[in-house]
Amino acid sequence: MATKQLDITREHCPMTFVKTKIELAKLQSGDILEVFLNEGEPLENVPKSASEQGFKILEILHIKDKVHKIVFEK
Amino acid sequence: MGTSEKKKLSIISFSGDFDKLVAAFTLATGSAAVNYEVNIFFTFWGLNVIKKKKGRSFLGKGILAKTFGFLMGGINNVPLSRFNFLGTSPKLMTFLMRKRNVATLKELIDAALALNVNLYACEMSMHILGITKDDFIPEIKEVLGVVNFLQYSEGGDRIFI
Repeated sequence: MATKQLDITREHCPMTFVKTKIELAKLQSGDILEVFLNEGEPLENVPKSASEQGFKILEILHIKDKVHKIVFEK
Repeated sequence: MGTSEKKKLSIISFSGDFDKLVAAFTLATGSAAVNYEVNIFFTFWGLNVIKKKKGRSFLGKGILAKTFGFLMGGINNVPLSRFNFLGTSPKLMTFLMRKRNVATLKELIDAALALNVNLYACEMSMHILGITKDDFIPEIKEVLGVVNFLQYSEGGDRIFI
């Protein structure tokens, strides 16, 4: 079971979720993906879109300023 | 996971303009990322995007077609629909997109391929220009006519860009 990280704090629509989806699609069952993203559009939409596709959200942490970390599990 | 009936978006990429291609590929990648089935049907000027040769080349059969092939060029020659300034504007726009951390056209196309967006080419316009499937990037799934396009896009949204 692997843990990967992805930073999309510098990305904009549509790449915020596009990059997340590309990484999520590579996960095996039980793998973890930690995504660093900004509040606003990415924080509202990335977890919503991922959970709609059946990925589990283990936690959402506030890192600093606008940056949050979301931990996904397949 | 998701709904049993997959949502579908089919884009007819006609214009071959840089800005309209950015719009088409933004919609395509965004939709594919949220599990839509996405089809892009390239026709006429849109075919320039999927040519193997990225620059200008005398592609096609016969002098007239070859001249058109040269004038149309490949992905590196797609013009901005306004203020093209002899092809400098798409380069300036790409510079600006990079500077602002917005995905460039090339990045959007790469993402579309990574998300398995279905790419098709139009049989009729290929016939006019005398080009074949071998002139395109290998990711082009099939060469289609209207009837097949209608069949593949059935039940989803269709957009002409």
